Amino acid sequence: MNYKFIGNVIGRILCVEAAVLVPAVGVSLFYREFRTALAILISAAVTAVAGLLLLLPKAGKKNYYAREGFVSVGLAWIVISLFGALPFFLDGAIPNFLDCVFETISGFTTTGASILTDVEALPRGLLYWRSFTHWLGGMGVLVFLLALHPMTKGKGQSMYLMRAESPGPEVAKLVPKVQKSAMILYGIYCGLTLLQILLQALGGMPLFDNITTAFGTAGTGGFGIKADSIAGYSPYLQVVVTVFMALFGVNFGVYYLFLARKPLQALKSAELRIYVAILVISTALITVNILPQYSGVGESLRHAAFQVSSIMTTTGFATTNFDLWPEFSKAILLMLMVVGACAGSTGGGIKVSRVLLMLKAMKREHRRTVSPKTVSIIKLDGKVVDNDTLSGIWFYMTAYSVILVGSVLAVSLNNFGLETTISSVVACLNNIGPGFGVAGPMGGYADFSPLSKVVLCLNMLLGRLEIFPLLMLCAPISWRKSFGARGGR
Amino acid sequence: MKIVIVGDGKVGVTLTEQLSKEGHDIVIIDKDLKVLKESVDQYDVMGVHGSGTSLSVQREAGVGESDLMISATSADEVNILCCILARRLGVKRTIARVRDPEYNDQLVFLKEDLGLSMTINPEQAAAMEILNLLRFPAALKRDTFAKGRVEIIEIKLTDKSPLCGKYLHELAHLTKVQVLVCAVEREGEVFIPTGAFRLQAGDDIFVTGASRNLGVLTRRLDLADRKIKNVVLLGGSRIAYYLAAALLEEGAKVKIIEIDPKRADHLAEILPKATVVNADGAQPGVMMSEGLAQADALVTLTDIDEQNIILSLYGQNMGVYKTITKINRMEYGELAQKMGVESTVSPKDLVCHNIVRYVRALGNTEEDSGLVALHRIVNDQVEALEFAVTEETKNLGVPLREMKLKPGVLLACITRGGKVIIPNGDDFIQKGDSVILVTTADRMYAELNSIFA
Repeated sequence: MNYKFIGNVIGRILCVEAAVLVPAVGVSLFYREFRTALAILISAAVTAVAGLLLLLPKAGKKNYYAREGFVSVGLAWIVISLFGALPFFLDGAIPNFLDCVFETISGFTTTGASILTDVEALPRGLLYWRSFTHWLGGMGVLVFLLALHPMTKGKGQSMYLMRAESPGPEVAKLVPKVQKSAMILYGIYCGLTLLQILLQALGGMPLFDNITTAFGTAGTGGFGIKADSIAGYSPYLQVVVTVFMALFGVNFGVYYLFLARKPLQALKSAELRIYVAILVISTALITVNILPQYSGVGESLRHAAFQVSSIMTTTGFATTNFDLWPEFSKAILLMLMVVGACAGSTGGGIKVSRVLLMLKAMKREHRRTVSPKTVSIIKLDGKVVDNDTLSGIWFYMTAYSVILVGSVLAVSLNNFGLETTISSVVACLNNIGPGFGVAGPMGGYADFSPLSKVVLCLNMLLGRLEIFPLLMLCAPISWRKSFGARGGR
Repeated sequence: MKIVIVGDGKVGVTLTEQLSKEGHDIVIIDKDLKVLKESVDQYDVMGVHGSGTSLSVQREAGVGESDLMISATSADEVNILCCILARRLGVKRTIARVRDPEYNDQLVFLKEDLGLSMTINPEQAAAMEILNLLRFPAALKRDTFAKGRVEIIEIKLTDKSPLCGKYLHELAHLTKVQVLVCAVEREGEVFIPTGAFRLQAGDDIFVTGASRNLGVLTRRLDLADRKIKNVVLLGGSRIAYYLAAALLEEGAKVKIIEIDPKRADHLAEILPKATVVNADGAQPGVMMSEGLAQADALVTLTDIDEQNIILSLYGQNMGVYKTITKINRMEYGELAQKMGVESTVSPKDLVCHNIVRYVRALGNTEEDSGLVALHRIVNDQVEALEFAVTEETKNLGVPLREMKLKPGVLLACITRGGKVIIPNGDDFIQKGDSVILVTTADRMYAELNSIFA
């Protein structure tokens, strides 16, 4: 285990966090919230000092492997969440530190679950910071770090970091160099965010609402700055947000193919096609199902499309209280929660490609049961998927199920009813935010017990990092000194 | 530069390592998913799974938009096909590994028709290197520059050597010959020495100078230069063929010991003047009965590094004057040196240095940067670079003592119109010269002007 390297990575990340806290000070000053500005400034200073202290020891040997990658990613996310919670705590807007941490984890993991009962009472500076955590957490803090600095020249080990943080069963680079790949990803991300801000500005959205909503959409987070989320905005703005939520749920590799002038190859992506199909079919079904509750097909379609897009991409914005919808529509939404967005997007959930591969593997096993000597190879987009990837998916699913069941047990102690209990765990584990019942779109997580909040915090982190990094963190084998010649040259 | 490498084997991996270290964008194509994944984990490169001869795979790897395609699979035909296809897709340059002696001879004609910028033949390169060493057996290693006029040779200082305990500025006085010690390896550490450096027994010194003068030096140092007349080759690989053919032409006697009867038959057919013995050379009895004790040189060329090392040590023990060991994995190189193995040769490293030189000379400007030769010495820790001096070179006509060079750079030698100059403070460079620089390998100088501070 290369502790120096891990310390170095976390130190750098804390410095990045301190740097991105500074604009929030500006926002606070702009709105004359001097107390908040001071709180954020102190937090930034503390974060910077902690980061620099960690950077002090010279990184000795440069060797690091998959486990260092996983451990540093897992640790980094916990550490940034703890430091990111400081502004809320120092300002006093959220008096309980656990609540502050919950809110920050919910922000960085782009969940959007909130313990606030009155969002609009929060100072503007903190609202901005809360939404910004979505944006940074969406594409990943370490990916951001890799875009700034390659960590190792010519060596491929920084790929371990990228792989540990990026969602999906198989993480590949867009171009040969990690740094360039990370830059392209962030380039596309910024471009899309700016486009959304522009379109929203055209719809007359106030600047502050515009930027925070764009951050929430881009990271597929879902922190609203209004008590009724997006419901108060004009239909045009709701449509813009609907479209952009869906866009941010697409694998960014698809956009890169467009940029690389290979649109045909991009459109052939099986994951993209199924993702769009699920969006369209679910919207159609729900539109018909909820028709009696609204004044016409148009309104019904708009709400259905918004909620489907919001839930499937695991954003968690709402234009209406979907908790009041018929059971059938709610069941569809619950299923969408679990499936989630595409791999390589900013969304959470199990990911469409994983579900697709599982179905393919199931079909193969079925055929093998019937005629045991059949040889069949699973392909995705014309490429062979090797058994390592498949067994990775099975391991992920098993761990996912175990965590889900365990968390449901722990949260059930609140006695909120089965619907609330299950949907809140699903909503946190898949980084959506709102569930049903008490945790519904117009409710919140304020009334959950501290134990439940801790469990849900863990769920959010597990969901965002796709389980392995945190699991590695807990496994004693990761902390043992490596033996033998693994140090290598 | 964007570079596509087909074939993730020994040569492919070494190239990947080297070229990605120099900051190029590398895409590797290989049919084996497992080795591909290993490379992608280890280096900052992208892997494309599939056959390099497939159009769709080449498209996916972005060959059309690349600057260079290097095809280094084990099959010559595949390499040639890959390069033809890549040319069609619009790659600027192609390099193919072609090593079958049958193709090698026609390559001069083929190269132009196939649009190949360069062909690499690790086995032939290794054979030529070994031949070089056999011609000048006093040197452990030998790299030539300036069309063979200048060389850098490696000599090990034994405790009987007259140079032990002497300062480098005394060297010219002691040996009465114009040479320069450009690098010293002492207990694994490398020095680019100045005149105040004191030599000790056990040092490996790298001496540069005109080839003639180096011959004089070794004689003055009592490193008697014996002419190699009888050579035993252990293992009848392609290197053995190239080497034997060249040695026979020079009139030496060659004996090849090959274990595989078919291969032995084939060698006997294509090398009628050589003695081919079909036996297991790894057995000491066989070696003795084939007259190893009477041989001047033993070259171990089997496919197994460990076996080569052991057999060379055995040969040295039996009093063979010169042994040369082929080693594929250079990780063993240092170990072998510690164990006392004299000269080692690594085929893949030789071609890799050549390609690195080629790529570096192309530079990012697409213009020839004047890098003529690149050799790595002292276990790849030191680079010796030969540059052509053009009118764009800075500091023309400035005496060396006024010239400011970056730290760790040594201007070791100037060749001017066939004359070799070991420069002192009064010497200068002028257009048309060729200069040899010695520097630590991590600097990666690609043009002459970047050495000036």
